[in-house]
Parts: sequence; structure tokens; C-alpha cells
Amino acid sequence: MAMAMTIRNAASRRAMNPISADFSLRSMSSWWKNVEPAPKDPILGVTEAFLADPSPDKVNVGVGAYRDDNGKPVVLECVREAERRIAGSSFMEYLPMGGSVKMVEETLKLAYGDDSEFIKDKRIAAVQALSGTGACRLFADFQKRFCPGSQIYIPVPTWSNHHNIWRDADVPQKTYHYYHPETKGLNFSGLMDDVKNAPEGSFFLLHACAHNPTGVDPTDEQWREISQLFKAKKHFAFFDMAYQGFASGDPARDAKSIRIFLEDGHHIGISQSYAKNMGLYGQRVGCLSVLCEDEKQAVTVKSQLQQLARPMYSNPPLHGAQIVSTILGDPELKSLWLKEVKIMADRIIGMRTTLRESLEKLGSPLSWEHVTKQWANTKTG
Amino acid sequence: MASSMLSLGSTSLLPREVNKDKLKLGTSGSNPFLKAKSFSRVTMTVAVKPSRFEGITMAPPDPILGVSEAFKADTNELKLNLGVGAYRTEELQPYVLNVVKKAENLMLERGDNKEYLPIEGLAAFNKATAELLFGAGHPVIKEQKVATIQGLSGTGSLRLAAALIERYFPGAKVLISAPTWGNHKNIFNDAKVPWSEYRYYDPKTIGLDFEGMIADIKEAPEGSFILLHGCAHNPTGIDPTPEQWVKIADVIQEKNHIPFFDVAYQGFASGSLDEDAASVRLFADRGMEFFVAQSYSKNLGLYAERIGAINVVCSSADAATRVKSQLKRIARPMYSNPPVHGARIVANVVGDAAMFGEWKAEMEMMAGRIKTVRQKLYDSLVSKDKSGKDWSFILKQIGMFSFTGLNKAQSDNMTNKWHVYMTKDGRISLAGLSLAKCEYLADAIIDSYHNALLYWETPIEL
Repeated sequence: MAMAMTIRNAASRRAMNPISADFSLRSMSSWWKNVEPAPKDPILGVTEAFLADPSPDKVNVGVGAYRDDNGKPVVLECVREAERRIAGSSFMEYLPMGGSVKMVEETLKLAYGDDSEFIKDKRIAAVQALSGTGACRLFADFQKRFCPGSQIYIPVPTWSNHHNIWRDADVPQKTYHYYHPETKGLNFSGLMDDVKNAPEGSFFLLHACAHNPTGVDPTDEQWREISQLFKAKKHFAFFDMAYQGFASGDPARDAKSIRIFLEDGHHIGISQSYAKNMGLYGQRVGCLSVLCEDEKQAVTVKSQLQQLARPMYSNPPLHGAQIVSTILGDPELKSLWLKEVKIMADRIIGMRTTLRESLEKLGSPLSWEHVTKQWANTKTG
Repeated sequence: MASSMLSLGSTSLLPREVNKDKLKLGTSGSNPFLKAKSFSRVTMTVAVKPSRFEGITMAPPDPILGVSEAFKADTNELKLNLGVGAYRTEELQPYVLNVVKKAENLMLERGDNKEYLPIEGLAAFNKATAELLFGAGHPVIKEQKVATIQGLSGTGSLRLAAALIERYFPGAKVLISAPTWGNHKNIFNDAKVPWSEYRYYDPKTIGLDFEGMIADIKEAPEGSFILLHGCAHNPTGIDPTPEQWVKIADVIQEKNHIPFFDVAYQGFASGSLDEDAASVRLFADRGMEFFVAQSYSKNLGLYAERIGAINVVCSSADAATRVKSQLKRIARPMYSNPPVHGARIVANVVGDAAMFGEWKAEMEMMAGRIKTVRQKLYDSLVSKDKSGKDWSFILKQIGMFSFTGLNKAQSDNMTNKWHVYMTKDGRISLAGLSLAKCEYLADAIIDSYHNALLYWETPIEL
């Protein structure tokens, strides 16, 4: 009846003192003596500090959450309307482990295209996930379980939590060149060199659009070259798309990098998030998808993704998913959403222009053209 | 599948130069790609590229959720779904609590924003949930000795704790009851925490094997974690008596083990929030350090919103602060911060005296319906079964579930002959039973218990 598991040696993983074996003293002292305070999260810690600051002039340009021109959080009109429709609903039963089927269907259309053959052929294994973080984490765990010798190549710099995610999934990390400090643009040759020099069949994390934290994206032409090199090297492309709609104001435009890779025949993975583009931050709504060879494999891979989700949270939260499927499933609401996304993106693009002009007006001797250039790439063909 | 992989081998492959010895695709043994590698060349003109995920096999269907699927497929009008652990009304409909609808409408009217919660979740929720569990006046609350963070219902909260155990108690083992909720072992497996079982269910008495439980806890290496169900044990419905809880606390303290409570049914077992927290409070009163995972799936009907909490009771406020920071560090790379909707509902309900009172009334109603159904089932069994079998265990059990004592063959008979859907371990969910169906169920149980082996086992020729 007793079932012993192999004890895993965690001692090498971090420097910490294992709990002393002197149990006779245990009843008087805490089990937690050796637990040290964790460092503040580099991003969320900024908001904590901001909230604690009493100065009336304070400005929070830390966390990536959209604000209106008065610095206030925004709830989209389409979201409010969706909530009115679902409030008091009599359905609160568990979602399936893979989440809301309707929400996932609509979400795949956004990434792969409304008329995507892959959707028609049912080749995509997809599950609702806990926003972008949850989608990345599920993929990282899946990669660890089914390609246990593999590593992940992560751009420098990247969203800091990417490192935490793949580390906690126990997948070794390598980095590739991305940001060029001198030009404040893309280090394209460095990137291509690293892609070329990586062992064949490596896993790469790519930001589909609106790279976080630099705002620097490859041009379409550069994406094509990256895709060709990926093909030659048989690399696996995992896209983190957290800002679809937010970069250019046009969701189809922002998915261009993904569409290029799909055209070129790659079998990719995608993490999608509604935190920013639908303002659903706290609802934790997202999606993980993996393009497979055929429908049978997609069913199989999906079953394994669910198997990873079950001991993490059983099934994903309903409310945000209901909002998404209500909006995307209704043509009027969807069109309202697209308008609102464009307004948010335009406001940010306007801010970039204003900021740059203000800096130049103040007579700054430095070049600030990168501030507007960093979104401009999304507009070029 | 192997032959189709080899047939592609001569055209294109995944020639893994690096780490090929370590690479295993899924659960298949040898990798056919590697065998064919030496005579293939990579070309860019080949259209079909075998997937990296070729060797991945289908995951087994979930033993609990699979029951609901089979039930849906059954067209017989007598069918009864006693598989799922979700509350149903007498009309066998899902139930959204009135107080939840009220809270949601309030939230809508107020126009709350949807900003990220902090990693530890909604502060108002964390305060409310710890107070609900320990009592607002309890010293561990007053002295701030509890590290509480919002988690993704019971599952997510258990997982955070498991990850903390793996990180800070390398090699320590968790003891789980035999049997226990099926997902417990998945959680500890995926968190890479070793586990073993302690005796719990006694099939001879259809009750608690108390001696076995105490012996197994005593035998465990010092400093083990003991997973305990706070109330309404899942799947058996068998809880220790108050006297037995005292003895359990004694032996745990004696062996310097760390208790780890899973409280998924507070308020749902007896109908009283305070009464159902008695076991947890007993341990807190003793000044022990321990974990408690909570869920609001059942008692507030918030299943799909994934709202719960992990509480770590520490011996000092300083330790609690440090532990809380490390729990956050585990949560951040899992989902960054927890979903807000369910947390707000709980905070609103608990924070408003009128709504809190309404909630307590609705919970009493739900627990009351289940108690009534238990009684009726028992009465039906006693009046119909002439064999003299003692069915009183049904009344002694508590909560949503009942372990009927039926074995797999008997459970199969329940489904195949009577269209009663339940899990193969003999568990029925009374939450899915109506008064109207009690007699039918009694007939099914009596038949399965006495006759199932005759129907389904092949007789041995002598």
C-alpha cells in the first residue's frame, strides 16, 4: 500500500540550509527558521513602492497596465456590456480542464486567422490558461516532460518572469542577443548568429509583437529571415503574444510574425493573453496552443496539457473566459472591442510622440528617436 | 506508430546532434529517429517534418470527470449521476447561491476595475478567509502568525504548499490517507514531493481504521507532513470523532510531524462554519505550526471561479512574513497573480453582515438537504433489505460523499444494470441525489451488494 517516490535532490538548486535534524528542539522553535525573505519582485515591487509614496507628483511608469489620460485604470465598454449580460448567470460549474471551449476557439482565430486551415483541420492542441504567465508555464512544464533534454533560448532582455517560469519548470536556459544598446534597436546580426550557432532543434522564446521590455520588434523582412534560418536549423518557435492589438492597433497586423512562421511550415507554440488588449488583467485569461501534425496528435497533446494543469489548479477560472467569449462571439461587441483596442494603442503611440517632442524641446542633447522608432517597425511592411 | 516513423526515416528527421542520449520522446522507450539518423540528410525541400511530439501518448481519462461523460451519453431515463462532487438541488439542478448573485450584481453596479491583484491576492479576501478558518479572535490571527495567500481553489493552494515543502524540506515525505481525493497524489507527484499512505478506511466496518491510522503516523520518519481532511473526508465521508482528533494531535506532536489540512467543505459538513473548523482550531490552540488549504468551490458554490487560500500557521509573525514572501515567489512563475472575481465575491459576502447571515442560512440549507437525503436513503435501505445488514454507516458518515462499501464489480452493476453513475471505489455523491430517487437508489444498492457477483463473475467449473 505504501508507495515511496524517488527523493529528488534539491540541494543543488539553490543555496539554502536544509532543516536541521535536531528534532528534540523542534517543539520550541519554528520549522521556518531557515526561510529567508524573498526579494521583492522587480516589476510588482515598483507598484508597491509607488503606492507607499506620499508625494503628489508621483508617476507610476512601472507595471504594464493601461491607464487613461488621467492615470486611471480603464475597463473597456465592451467588457462592461459583456459583464452585464453574464451577471447573475446560473452557470458556475467547473469548466473542463482545458477551459472554455468557446473562448479557446475564438482565441485561436485571433492568432491563426479566422479562416486558418489549421483550425479547420483541428491540428491545434489548445487549452485555456492563467493568462500569459500560466500559458508559458504550462508550455515550459510540457517541454520539460516530453523533451527532457531540451533548453530554452530567451532574448536579452526579456520580461523578467520568463526566467522564473522556465527555471521553476526546471528547463535550463540560454540567452540570445536581441537588444542593441548603442542603436536602441534590434541587434539583428547578433540574433541571427545565436540562432545559427544554437544546436539543431533548439527551443526559442520569441515575442510576437511589442517586445517587452524594449518595444523593439523585427521588421517583417527580418521575421522572414529568422523564419528561414529556423527552418534550416529545425528550431522550435514558441511565441509569447501578450500584446496583440496593442502594438499597431490592428490585431491581424500584430500577428504577422506568427503568420509568417505558419506560412513557412513551422509547428509552433503560442501563449496568448487578454490581460492588456481586453483589460482583463486580474481575471487571468489566456490560452496556450501547440500546432501539431494532425488531429490525432492534437488530441493527444491536449490531453497531456490537461494532465499538467490538473495538479496545478484543476481547471481554469470561468469569469474572464465568459467575458472573452461573450465579446468575441458577438459581432457588435467584437467590433466595439476592436475600436477600443485601437483607441488604447493610438493613445500610447501619441504618448510616444509627445514624450519625444517634449524631450527634444527641453533641449536634450541625446537622441530620442528610438522612442517613436520602437513602435514604427510595426507599421512598416 | 513505430513503423510510420521509420518509414519517414529515409527522407527527413530530427537529427538531434546534442543530448541525443538524454532525449526521450514521451513514454516510448527507444527513439526510432535516432536509429535512422546515420543514413539521412537534412534538406529544406522536404515538406513533411515529423513532430517533436511524435512519441507522446494519450493521457488516461480522469477517473472522476469520466463518470460525468459516461452519464451524459446514457439515454436511459432512470439514470442518476452520483459521480460529480458538485451540489445539486432537489430537482437535480446546479445551484448558484442567492448571496453570490447579490454580490455579483453589487460588484457590477460599483463598476470595480479589473487591475492585477498583488501576487498574494486580494487583501480583504485573505483577511476574511483566515478569520473564517481560525475565528477572528484566535491568538494566531491577533498575533499575525498566519501567512495567508489566495490560491486557485483547493488544488492551487495545495500545490503552492507542496512546492514550498519541496523547496524547504527536501526529502521530507507527505502521508496521505488511504483512500484520499484522487488529485492529491498528482499534486505531490508533479511537485516532486515523495508520499506514502496511512491506513484510514476500514472496509470491514465501513468506518475509520483508527488504530491503523495512529500506528502509521507514529511509524513515519520524524518531521513528516500529515495530510488531514479538516471535515467531510473525501471520498469516504468518515471523519474522526473529537476524541480521536485529540489523539491524532497528540501523536503528531509526539513525532514532530507537520499537519497539513485540506479544508474543502467548511460549513458543508455539519452546516456550521465554526463546528466544521473544530479540528483545525484544536491544532491551532496547541500552538502547532501547520498548513491549511481552503476552497470555496462547494460552500459558496464558486466552483468555476477557482477561489481558495493556503494558510501557514507559524510560531511568530516574523516567520509568517518570510513564509508569505516565499509562497509569492512560487506563485509568480505559475500564474503571476490570482483571479480577482471569486475573491471579490467572497470578500463582499463575508464583509457584509446581512450577506454573511444569508450565506450561513443557504449553507445550512444545502448541508441540511444532504442530511435529509442520507436519512431517507438509510430508511429506504433498512425497509427494503431483509438480510439484516447494518446500513447505519450511511448515517455515521458526513458531507457530500458516502463510501457505500461496494467494490468495483458491485459498482459496475450499479451503472450497467441500474444506470447509477458513481466512481469505481464505491463512492456516491449525495449532493447529486434527490429524495425522490432514494428508493430507486436503495434498490440498486441492495441488488448490487447481494447479487452483483452472481451476475458478473464467471462461475468456476469444479
